[in-house]
Amino acid sequence: MVKEQTTGAITAKNVRKEFLDPNGNQVIALEKVDVDIKPGEFICLIGPSGCGKSTFLRLVAGLIRPTEGNLYLDGEEIKKPSYERGLVFQDPTLFPWLNIYENIAFGLKTRHIFKENKNDVKEFIKLVKLEGFEKALPHHLSGGMAQRAGLARALVNHPKVLLLDEPFGALDAFTRMNMQDELLRIWKERGTTMIMVTHDVDEAVYLSDRIFVMTPRPAKIESIVNVDIGRNSTYGRKRDSGDFLQLRSKILQILDYTGKAAADIEYNI
Amino acid sequence: MSELVQTLRKEKREEASHPTFQARTILPILGVSIALATEILIPAHAKLKYASLPHYKYFLFIALGVTILLSILSIFWEALREKLSYRGAFVGGVFLFLTFLNLVTAKWMWLPQLYFPSIARIFNVFFEDSKLILTCIQSSLLLLVKGIFIGFIAGMICGIAVGWSKKANYWIYPLIRILGPIPSSTWTPLALVVFPSAKGAAIFLIAFGVWFQITILTASGIQSVKKAYFEVSSTLGANDLQNLFKIAIPAASPSIFLGFFNATCSSFVALMAAEMIGCKSGLGWYVNWQKTMLSYPNVYAGLIVVAVFCYILVTLQFKVRDRLLSWQEGVVKW
Repeated sequence: MVKEQTTGAITAKNVRKEFLDPNGNQVIALEKVDVDIKPGEFICLIGPSGCGKSTFLRLVAGLIRPTEGNLYLDGEEIKKPSYERGLVFQDPTLFPWLNIYENIAFGLKTRHIFKENKNDVKEFIKLVKLEGFEKALPHHLSGGMAQRAGLARALVNHPKVLLLDEPFGALDAFTRMNMQDELLRIWKERGTTMIMVTHDVDEAVYLSDRIFVMTPRPAKIESIVNVDIGRNSTYGRKRDSGDFLQLRSKILQILDYTGKAAADIEYNI
Repeated sequence: MSELVQTLRKEKREEASHPTFQARTILPILGVSIALATEILIPAHAKLKYASLPHYKYFLFIALGVTILLSILSIFWEALREKLSYRGAFVGGVFLFLTFLNLVTAKWMWLPQLYFPSIARIFNVFFEDSKLILTCIQSSLLLLVKGIFIGFIAGMICGIAVGWSKKANYWIYPLIRILGPIPSSTWTPLALVVFPSAKGAAIFLIAFGVWFQITILTASGIQSVKKAYFEVSSTLGANDLQNLFKIAIPAASPSIFLGFFNATCSSFVALMAAEMIGCKSGLGWYVNWQKTMLSYPNVYAGLIVVAVFCYILVTLQFKVRDRLLSWQEGVVKW
């Protein structure tokens, strides 16, 4: 944790989510989630497909409601989506009919506070290093640039929590590492609570304060791993240190130990 | 990469600023010259009526002047040169076709002159009958604009309702499915009874066709907007109404424009059909009336005006579309 934060705490109390599959059968997407996320904390959710990571993120975003239990942001129940909980997908989902500037200003405009916060738009364009691309259309940008624009679009609203659903999943290895450092820089500057879904154990260990390791069937949080490795000057961690590798194999073991997930996660190693 | 492209473009521009002659820009002049030579040198058929009408000849003289001027200008003006050397063969070909028509009608009279009058007579109509034709254009345009406007508004309202609200979808969609595909001219008997004037009926018929096209494509456009756009905009603070106007409609606009294009085309059909039933002016009426008078030069002149009229309206619409939808990657070209 970087800045001392007072807002952006997420609490999940006994959360359970069920879906109906196309055949009308009940599917448990997530169960028995009881977690406390501190303000300004960096959390990674890791686990194979079907473990409920994205479901948890959507619950926090307010896009879906839990079947049982409740979620709270700073003690207030989460009932519907809000700019306080920004969302970034793997696909940047920029609005193709708006240019980069208009995309980033979208949140402020819908909230009718654009005029008095024009400078924020500029500031965040600078923060994600997209100066000079204000007039560009989304399809003119590379994958990494588009994802940075997506980040800026969520951040310009000053969300208390930023929800990231595999934000770097579609990027190449080098762009991905750069983006991880940029995300840490933003986190350091803004102190926003980050909840990130990832498939990548390295990414989780590199970035987060705590890792929620999740397993499918039944979809739940299997264990919570504290990442007690010191951060370096870019707020990341040395990727080849003994601690790093040890923690990495510990997480893989948790996923492996449960047995059910082994086949699914092989491609992550 | 883009720097390279820019340098290349710059070089190209510099290179182009020198006067250059393009042989293909001569082709239109050649075509016009052949047409003119044919008209002047070959005598008209002995049995041809109105052989002395000079309007086609005048037209060709003007065309000769214009094409010569264009090809001289194009030596110095790069954009014009590119366009003219690309289109040159086509323009030349058009005049060769006119020459051919001239030969088979006026010069050799291979075709019966009652139904296939000489080009000179058709051109004559534009001068003799220009006042009436202009009135007809005005009246058609007015009908069309009113019909399209009413149909567009109604179509947008229905399309948005059906695409956005499940309840509206449940109640209105089946109605659209049943009523929509009926060709609008089928409604003519009903329209003539319900509306006090033939013009009102015509506007209804045009609006009906437009309404259907716009409704269907607006609704399907809105329904196929990516769900992720709404999810992102909701977490950016947008409410339902903002999701509709700031996400759903812009995202569906390519589809809406496609509907508008289809609607314009069907509105021409409806316009011509409507004007032939009860109106006393308009281009459709003009063509139909002249046909009953067996005045075929006027019929052809009317058809040419209709073609130009529709062409201009469709082109205008493309220009608007290209402007508004320039954000689309690889815009579909018509």
